[in-house]
Amino acid sequence: MELEELVEKFRMKDAKAFEKLYSMYADNICGVIYNIVKNTDIAQEICQDVFVKAWNNAESYNVSKGRFFTWMLNIARNAAIDEVRSKSHKNSKQNLSSDFFVDILEDKNDLNTQVDAIGIKSLLTNLKEKCVQIIDLLYFKGYTQKEAAEELEIPIGTVKTRNRSCIAQIRGNIAI
Amino acid sequence: MDTEKYIASGILELYVAGILSEVENLDIARYAAEYPEIQNEIKAIEAAVLALTKAAAPKEGAQIHLAKVQAKIAAAEAPKVITIQPENTNWSSYIGWAASILLAVGLFWMYTQNNTLKSNLDNSTQVNSALEEKIEEAKTSLEKTEELLSTIRDKNIQVVALGGQAVDPNSYAKAYWNKSEQKVFIDAQGLPEPPDGMVYQVWSLKLNPLTPTSMGLLEDFITDDTKVFALNNPNESEAFGITLEPAGGSETPNLEQLYTLGVVSS
Repeated sequence: MELEELVEKFRMKDAKAFEKLYSMYADNICGVIYNIVKNTDIAQEICQDVFVKAWNNAESYNVSKGRFFTWMLNIARNAAIDEVRSKSHKNSKQNLSSDFFVDILEDKNDLNTQVDAIGIKSLLTNLKEKCVQIIDLLYFKGYTQKEAAEELEIPIGTVKTRNRSCIAQIRGNIAI
Repeated sequence: MDTEKYIASGILELYVAGILSEVENLDIARYAAEYPEIQNEIKAIEAAVLALTKAAAPKEGAQIHLAKVQAKIAAAEAPKVITIQPENTNWSSYIGWAASILLAVGLFWMYTQNNTLKSNLDNSTQVNSALEEKIEEAKTSLEKTEELLSTIRDKNIQVVALGGQAVDPNSYAKAYWNKSEQKVFIDAQGLPEPPDGMVYQVWSLKLNPLTPTSMGLLEDFITDDTKVFALNNPNESEAFGITLEPAGGSETPNLEQLYTLGVVSS
């Protein structure tokens, strides 16, 4: 079944389509949340709530929100950031940037846990620190171009190009 | 459209990150539908991001929690049990307000009551003083009456009945003559009220020959309640007569207007 068809059924509150989409994206969404809240139990809880919220607002999804995954990504980031703020973790995005998703990836790698088919090490092969930073801000923390430029102290145009080259590198690693 | 250049700009990576505006998202969706190379690029970028984010997931993964998500959805969609909230009435507040309203009404009522009573008291005082005046008047009147009574009961008094004459046979009067004090009290109760501009005049008469001497006028006849008039009479009267005369009286009696006449018994 094509993704578009699946998403359309989901918008019509098709439970089967929802299950399918959950199995496709649950780990990704939970990964983004976990990267922000840094607590497995809380991350799982928020992750479940995010899918409940997605189901409840299924008909509000449309292409103006971007890809289906992107839409879910936005809901997840907002929920996770709300959680962090509500727990009066210091109320700014800056404080969220001190740790990178890469730490989580490395932790898991150290514990030698079987995660998925793509080896993490291979995924991150040769990935530079500046790539880790920018990917963390744009994908895991939802920074805008402008915010990321300020955070990294680089010109705003550079954000787009640097990010593209970093993503390209990961794509290259996947292909290996 | 130069799709290669467009792809190279890096905007599609931001599109997947979900940090573009809705207008930009719509534009890109349209381009993706139009240009397969853009669509494929987006999918490739998304695949890379999916790989990354999946790798960041908690160790146990999320798949095992589908049942929990479904349970939460079911719980939210189940017919809601409407719990009737016990009315959280703030009684003390209500009682407070009620009491203050009651107090205000009470004070107003007492104020108006007080004013009513005050005006009632004023009225009563006025009525009281009016009554006192009347009592005074009555006392005075009583004293006068008693005085009058004691006067006419005096042993020296000689009573002369004056009978009605041709002008008005129903009229009558009485004369109480105290010879020693030379006073005559005329009781004129039986005379009709004199017309305007006229007045009763009392005469002392000598009979042989008939000589009338004016004793005085019955002034203020209409307003006098007792209709008893005191007159001086130094004469050796043999009879008394009362005539109706023009105001101010006359030198000699108008015998055509003789109302009453009575002879003193010797």
